[in-house]
Amino acid sequence: MSLDIFLQNVANSITLGSLYALIAIGYTMVYGIIRLINFAHADLLMVAAYIAFYGMLIFTLPWYISFAIAIVLTTLLGVSIERVAYRPLRSAPRISVLISAIGVSFLLQNLGIVAIGARPKAFPRPEELVWNIQIGNISFLSLTILIPVVTIILLVLVTFMVKKTKMGIAMRAVSRDFETSSLMAVNVNKVIAATFAVGSALAAVGGIMWSMQYPQVDPLMGLFPGLKCFIAAVMGGIGSIPGAMIGGFVLGICEVMLVGFMPELSGYRDAFAFIVLILILLFRPGGILGENVVEKV
Amino acid sequence: MEGRARLELMLTLIVVLLTFGVLYIAQGNMNSFYIRVLNLAAIYAILALSLNLILGFTGMFSLGHAGFMCIGSYVAAILTMSPASKEIIYFMEPIHPWLANVEWPIWPAILLGGIIAALFGFLIGFPALRLRDDYLAIATLGFAEIIRIVVTNVIPITNGALGLKNIPSVDSLLVYWGCAIITIFVLMRIINSSWGYAFKAIRDNEIAAQAMGINIFKHKLMSFTIGAFFAGIAGALMSFLITSIDPTMYRFTFTFQILLIVVLGGMGSLSGSVIAAVIFSIAMEVLRFVEQPMNLLGMEVPGIPGMRMVIFSLALLLIILFYRRGLMGTNEFNWSWVLNRLGIRSSHRVKRGEAN
Repeated sequence: MSLDIFLQNVANSITLGSLYALIAIGYTMVYGIIRLINFAHADLLMVAAYIAFYGMLIFTLPWYISFAIAIVLTTLLGVSIERVAYRPLRSAPRISVLISAIGVSFLLQNLGIVAIGARPKAFPRPEELVWNIQIGNISFLSLTILIPVVTIILLVLVTFMVKKTKMGIAMRAVSRDFETSSLMAVNVNKVIAATFAVGSALAAVGGIMWSMQYPQVDPLMGLFPGLKCFIAAVMGGIGSIPGAMIGGFVLGICEVMLVGFMPELSGYRDAFAFIVLILILLFRPGGILGENVVEKV
Repeated sequence: MEGRARLELMLTLIVVLLTFGVLYIAQGNMNSFYIRVLNLAAIYAILALSLNLILGFTGMFSLGHAGFMCIGSYVAAILTMSPASKEIIYFMEPIHPWLANVEWPIWPAILLGGIIAALFGFLIGFPALRLRDDYLAIATLGFAEIIRIVVTNVIPITNGALGLKNIPSVDSLLVYWGCAIITIFVLMRIINSSWGYAFKAIRDNEIAAQAMGINIFKHKLMSFTIGAFFAGIAGALMSFLITSIDPTMYRFTFTFQILLIVVLGGMGSLSGSVIAAVIFSIAMEVLRFVEQPMNLLGMEVPGIPGMRMVIFSLALLLIILFYRRGLMGTNEFNWSWVLNRLGIRSSHRVKRGEAN
């Protein structure tokens, strides 16, 4: 492998890693607070991408307006999913909530297929955001820089919110102990809704950037990125925001490098993340940054 | 044996014989479309029963069923296809020489499909069953995806993404429902044995079960392996029913459908699973109309492909939100209930009184 191709792979892996990191944060926040794999999170990517797509193509809105609309609507959708499908089951067995989450995810996917058809569509790249950059022999898209920068800005914002604001403190309290924090006059429902809002907004940004980087949208586009981002969150230590970030980058870099160094294994690319997941769960179930929790009677 | 118990056994035997009689008559008189739907119902019933053993009776949230089914399908298909059609189908890369000339009858192929699926269930269960709830769900889903991806990539054995065609076709109701009835009986025996009680204890409270001296891991692994075995059997039957398979069939979507059947029937009820499987396969066909163009109040409404799955996902959500116990909850169909309803009083209470 020549140096050029290696650098190209490095650039690709950082882009993919930042996307994973961004989406993984949504998973980790929701899991941290209600201990639920929000299967629908993956489909929020798809919803955001489609709203942006239709905003630009059908309603011919400028890209920034359709992106903003996409983020707002996806956030609302995320919050309403929690309200309708998860909140009524809060005292139910965990399996029921998980089934409900899978149900929501399938509903969104199939609604997507019904409403817009199963055929993939090309996502328009706004010229202001996407151009070619040539340095020596390496050419890459501006997105290669833009995506990590946006990701890092959002990560800093989310970290600040969780560490410093009142809502953030409430979130951490609820994730530590649900009942005690509600005794301390924390409005648990509001905090959970806020968590879903933040997570969904990040998913929306992730979805839009995903469809600019790999310019194609289809109703099942969220499925694999979603699963992989959950894996990234588990890798980093679920419930931990810096963990999700690290997990996302590690997974993205490993995945691109695996295909880069061993092209004959490229068919197994999607299996790789799952193998990593299983190894992590077996040998370090708490993840890279997480702590192992022993269940008490 | 007391009179009442003997009566119940007789009734069971009569119903089984009647079922086979009805199946035999139906085979000769029904059109092939209905037979196909009924056969599909039998396959769904086996799948739902086996997932219910894992999910409803042992409380393990496994999403790997499509993977086990995939194994069963491919094993049975490769073993039974004629050498001539194998030569035609494997044109990307020739088939592995060991498999090129194999042509088994269907029964051993079905059995081996189940056994190999069970073997994989055992191997996967070993690491995965140390996990719980959502971690287990994601890990088993991951394993199922890995199985599918491997199947897509080992072209000399599975013919890769092109899939297999010209699998010998079997359309006998007796084969499919025979397998389903055997599954029901085996699972019923398991559920009512000491294993079954251990499974339910683990489902209800793992820590308490452990404190009672139940070997949690061993029983979980057992339940998982048995579930995988029957999923493999169902996969093998699927090959013979549809005669052409490819890896994309066995995506996660398939597991979702089985999950829907289990939830609809009631997690922890074998009879519920069978009833729900029949309802589901009939609904799949009946609801076909929503995907076809129709004439609504003089207006032409175009068909909407994919609408059925929207209805099914919505159904799953509504059941889990508002009617979590499903059709049967954890109840089973039993004769005492029917007999009591019919006013046939039990006599054993009196007898016990006499004995005392």
